[in-house]
Amino acid sequence: MSEGHHKQSFWTKYIWSTDHKVIGIQYGITSLIWLLFGFALMAIMRYQLAFPGSPVPIVGNLLGEGGILPSEMYNSLGAMHGTIMIFLGVVPLAFGAFGNYLVPLQIGAIDMAFPKLNAASYWTYFLGSVIMVTGFFVPGGAANSGWTSYPPLANTATMGQTVWLFGMIMLITSSLLGSVNILVTVIQLRTDGMTWMKLPIFVWTQFITAFLLLLAFPPLEAAGVLQLMDRLVNTSFFMPSGLVVSGEVLQNAGGGSPLLWQHLFWFLAHPEVYVLILPAFGIVTEVIANNTRKPIKGYKSLVYAMIFLGFMSFVVWAHHMYLTGMGTTIGAFFQTTTMIISIPSVVILTALLLSLWGGSIRFNTPMLFALGFLPMFGIGGLTGLPLGLAAADIHLHDTYYVIGHFHYVVAPGTIFALFAGIYYWFPKITGKRTNETLGKLHFFSSFLCMNGVFMPMFVTGLAGVSRRLWDGGESYAHAAGVFQLNELMSISAWLLGIAQLFFIVNMIISLRSKKTGEANPWNATTIDWTDTTSPPLGHGNFEKVPTVYNGPYEYSVPGLKKDFLPQSEKG
Amino acid sequence: MDIPFNVKERPDTGLYNGKLGIWFFLASEVMLFGGLFSAYIFLRNGVDDWPAGTDYLDVPLATLNTLFLISSSVTMVMSWASLKLNDFKKYKLYTLITLLFAIGFLVIKYFEYSAKFAHNPPYLPSTNNFLGIYFTMTGLHVLHIIGGILVIGYFYGPGSKMWNSEPERFTNRIEIVGLYWHFVDLVWIFLFPVLYLL
Repeated sequence: MSEGHHKQSFWTKYIWSTDHKVIGIQYGITSLIWLLFGFALMAIMRYQLAFPGSPVPIVGNLLGEGGILPSEMYNSLGAMHGTIMIFLGVVPLAFGAFGNYLVPLQIGAIDMAFPKLNAASYWTYFLGSVIMVTGFFVPGGAANSGWTSYPPLANTATMGQTVWLFGMIMLITSSLLGSVNILVTVIQLRTDGMTWMKLPIFVWTQFITAFLLLLAFPPLEAAGVLQLMDRLVNTSFFMPSGLVVSGEVLQNAGGGSPLLWQHLFWFLAHPEVYVLILPAFGIVTEVIANNTRKPIKGYKSLVYAMIFLGFMSFVVWAHHMYLTGMGTTIGAFFQTTTMIISIPSVVILTALLLSLWGGSIRFNTPMLFALGFLPMFGIGGLTGLPLGLAAADIHLHDTYYVIGHFHYVVAPGTIFALFAGIYYWFPKITGKRTNETLGKLHFFSSFLCMNGVFMPMFVTGLAGVSRRLWDGGESYAHAAGVFQLNELMSISAWLLGIAQLFFIVNMIISLRSKKTGEANPWNATTIDWTDTTSPPLGHGNFEKVPTVYNGPYEYSVPGLKKDFLPQSEKG
Repeated sequence: MDIPFNVKERPDTGLYNGKLGIWFFLASEVMLFGGLFSAYIFLRNGVDDWPAGTDYLDVPLATLNTLFLISSSVTMVMSWASLKLNDFKKYKLYTLITLLFAIGFLVIKYFEYSAKFAHNPPYLPSTNNFLGIYFTMTGLHVLHIIGGILVIGYFYGPGSKMWNSEPERFTNRIEIVGLYWHFVDLVWIFLFPVLYLL
């Protein structure tokens, strides 16, 4: 190892590194900070929703007159909460951090295929995320047309929208570099014997996610370029003729279509949903197989279901657009594809549930989060079915029901899976153990609070409360019966924030603890655990690049002395 | 420690890393331009009166530009083939011709654009959606051409030193740039009829 001989400075080792592990950690820390920031924006909004018109404590004087959250800023916070959580938080954590750190280790590669591109991908993401947030400091505040940036509203919005578009183009570039890297790495750098059907499910999920990012993001980039043209040089791609804003007819050529944006946007944003959920499936599968000490039920059906899911995710986008008057024929097509795409999700969830059957389950922190993921994702998925049918969607569209639905998928769903992953691979990354008591406190408190936040949303949504109301529905008669639920949701949300202290304190304590010296504390089978030290070697990962003989989940193999058979051990 | 299959092909895929990488990159480029072409169709279908390309655009100049780009694609292949045949001098010659064609394309494009702006009344992106999408798509294409010129220029000048140290890797690089360059040509082959002729 040529790199081992000379000392590297702090900057080359940790900042400008091209080592996939360091880049993974950079992605992880940055995205966790953004997640916390995005959460804080929502915590401010929830004060206004619970107690409309009363001054917000602590941060009130940053917000406006008398400490009350102004409605324009409420819109900014809402748009930026969505953008930050998805594009700056969850995707970089699930794909950038976990994918970068683990994929090469799990397939037996010494690094990613293109280490420099990998670093470029992180720094583009970093720059894009900073640009995104500078929107708060331009006149008019950050983007305030929702995370979906629908024109014509977004076209005529304040300068923050332009900043949003520039930030988004950076983030798209970053994800392009990252996805090409993962795809080439998985195809080209699998070690000897690591055939496709011996890949851990986690690698499969990252592989399919990379395809989705590669092919779904560019149409949004195209849409972003068109919207920039509309905003900067006054073209009319998304502007219909004769549009009147604030009583004045807009001076532009017209003839464009706001629907065009919706098509291009959702062509990205529906696959994006699966970008959010697939890595979560992968992490949960690893954790469940390891802690039930038995093979995953239906490895092949899982793989095929995920490939099918990835493919189908490109043909369901217009189920976000039933209310645009697109006609019954097209509506019927998208309803059908939407019902079909629920099948592979059910296959995956069923396979994971069945995998629990008859296992001697170890209830450690990662396993608790993985187990929490299953019903939470189940609720999120099933509540999506009524939204996928146009007739029901007419009532539910743009209500809190939608918010409840996708937050169940992403927050107690994906984010729980990501926590499971952090607790599970913490010993790999640091060589240290996390505190189990704090971990369990973190899980149970988060679990309770998550449901406290999102379960009432189904009720308020069914009552017809719109998701965009600054006063939480106080001034609307139809919301009168459910308005007081806002207080429950808000208090749950703030408690959820406090519950994350268990996580933060746990991380700090665990990082300061002594190394345990165990390479494989969970007795796992995949080669990231069995053939590398914890933490892995600086450059090159493996002392000797392993050869793979077995499938990824050979637990409790009959006739063997230990209850697991590593992938790299001749059985 | 070197990353495997950086230069040599992996036996079961028949590809080296960079070649596979550029194909994936191009797949995403297809989706980018595909999104814009879809936008073009969507906008055109949405209105009753869509101007003909000849109302605004200069077909003879664009035909000349098409010839330039197709020729540059041919010389691009020739420069790669020269390296395969170990003829570095020919490589330099063909790359220079490629660059000249590419720069010629930009010069003509410059005259085209400035004629639009100088017209009375000026033809601007904001004039109508036809001109809007024309400037957006050809503008993005021109950015791709400029990117190509920078990379090809680098491999013509300082980057060509690698030929002495790692000839195979250098040849691979030219192949990858070539694939990109052919793609940029291909985009133009679609842009030309769609914008100028239809």
